[in-house]
Amino acid sequence: MSSLWKEDFSVQAGEDRYVQRRQFTKFLVLTSFGMFVGQCWILAKSLLHRGRTFPSQVVARTGEIPIGGVKLFRYPDPEDPCILVRISEDRFAAYSQKCTHLSCAVYYSAESRRLVCPCHDGFFSVEDGSMLQGPPPRPLPAVILDRRGDELIAIGMEPAE
Amino acid sequence: MNGYEFYVDASRCIGCQSCVGACAECGTHRGKSMIHLDFIDRRNTIATAPMVCMHCEDPTCAEVCPADAIKRGEDGVVRSALKARCIGCSNCVLACPFGVPKMYVEQELMMKCDMCYDRTSADKRPMCATVCPSQALMYVKPADAPHRRERPVNVFRFGEQIVRTKVRIMLPPDTPELTMDAADYIWSGDV
Repeated sequence: MSSLWKEDFSVQAGEDRYVQRRQFTKFLVLTSFGMFVGQCWILAKSLLHRGRTFPSQVVARTGEIPIGGVKLFRYPDPEDPCILVRISEDRFAAYSQKCTHLSCAVYYSAESRRLVCPCHDGFFSVEDGSMLQGPPPRPLPAVILDRRGDELIAIGMEPAE
Repeated sequence: MNGYEFYVDASRCIGCQSCVGACAECGTHRGKSMIHLDFIDRRNTIATAPMVCMHCEDPTCAEVCPADAIKRGEDGVVRSALKARCIGCSNCVLACPFGVPKMYVEQELMMKCDMCYDRTSADKRPMCATVCPSQALMYVKPADAPHRRERPVNVFRFGEQIVRTKVRIMLPPDTPELTMDAADYIWSGDV
C-alpha cells in the first residue's frame, strides 16, 4: 500500500534522484498536453474577444466645450475614465485618460497643446494620441467619436482592448 | 575509503572518551559529539561501550522520517538529517533500535554520526577511529581487522525486526547474530 510513496521518497539517495524513462515520457506528454490546452484557451479567448461591441454614448454637445477646453467622461465602462478635448472650432478628440505607462490620469495642457501625464512627465500628442516624450510605451487608446448634429457620440475604442 | 570497514569492539574500550572528544572537534558539528559512550553497569563495573551509527541497510530512522530528511548514500552511509528538511520531530530518535540519533532542540535539528562523511569521502579515517588508543573503534580493511577470537557481526534481531548494518561489532565466535529483546532490559523490580 505504501510502495508508491516509498518509490517517490526513497531512503536511498540514488533512487531518490533516479528518473525512469516512463516517468520522463509521462512528464513530456503531460507538459505538452498542458501547453496544447493553454494554446486552445488563448485561441478561444481571442475568437470571443473579436466580437466585442462598444455601446453608443452621448458624450457632450459641441456648444458646451470652449476651444481648448476639455470634458471628462467614462467610456465604455463606468470604471474607464476618458478625456474629450476640443482642439479647434470643429475638431474634437477623445482618449482614454489612463497613461499607458502606469495608469496615472493625463490632463490637457492648452499652452503646450499636449496631453500630459504628471507622474513621470509623459507627453502625448493631442492630434492622434501618440507618445511624444517620457516613459509611456504605447499611444493612448483613442475614443472614436461620431458627430450627429451638435451631439458628440462615442461609438468605439481604437485600438479595441 | 574503498574496501575499508568500520568495526566496533566494545570489549576493548577503556572508557578514555578520546572518541567523544575527537568527534566534537569536527567542523561540521563543532562542540557536539555524535558518539554515545555508554557505561554498561556503573555500580558494578567500569566497563564502557562506544556506540556509533551502525549505518543500517534499511535504516529505520530514515523509514520513519516524515520529512524525507535522512538519506542513505550509494556507499551505504546513512547521512545526518538534511538541515533544510529536518522538522525536529524526534521520530528517528525514538525509532532507531540502536539509539543513535540525537535531537538538538535549540537548532530544531537531528544530528547523528555519518561516519565522518567529510573525511571518509576524502580518503581519511573517521575521527573516532583515528584517535582510539585500544582499537575499540577500527576503520580498516577486513583482512587487517586484528581478530583475536572475536567474530565481526552485522546482523541484529530486535524482536521480529532483523537489521543488517554496514558497521560490524565484534562478538564471541559462537554468536552469528545478536538477538535483543527490549523486555529483557526492562527492570522488573527484583534487583
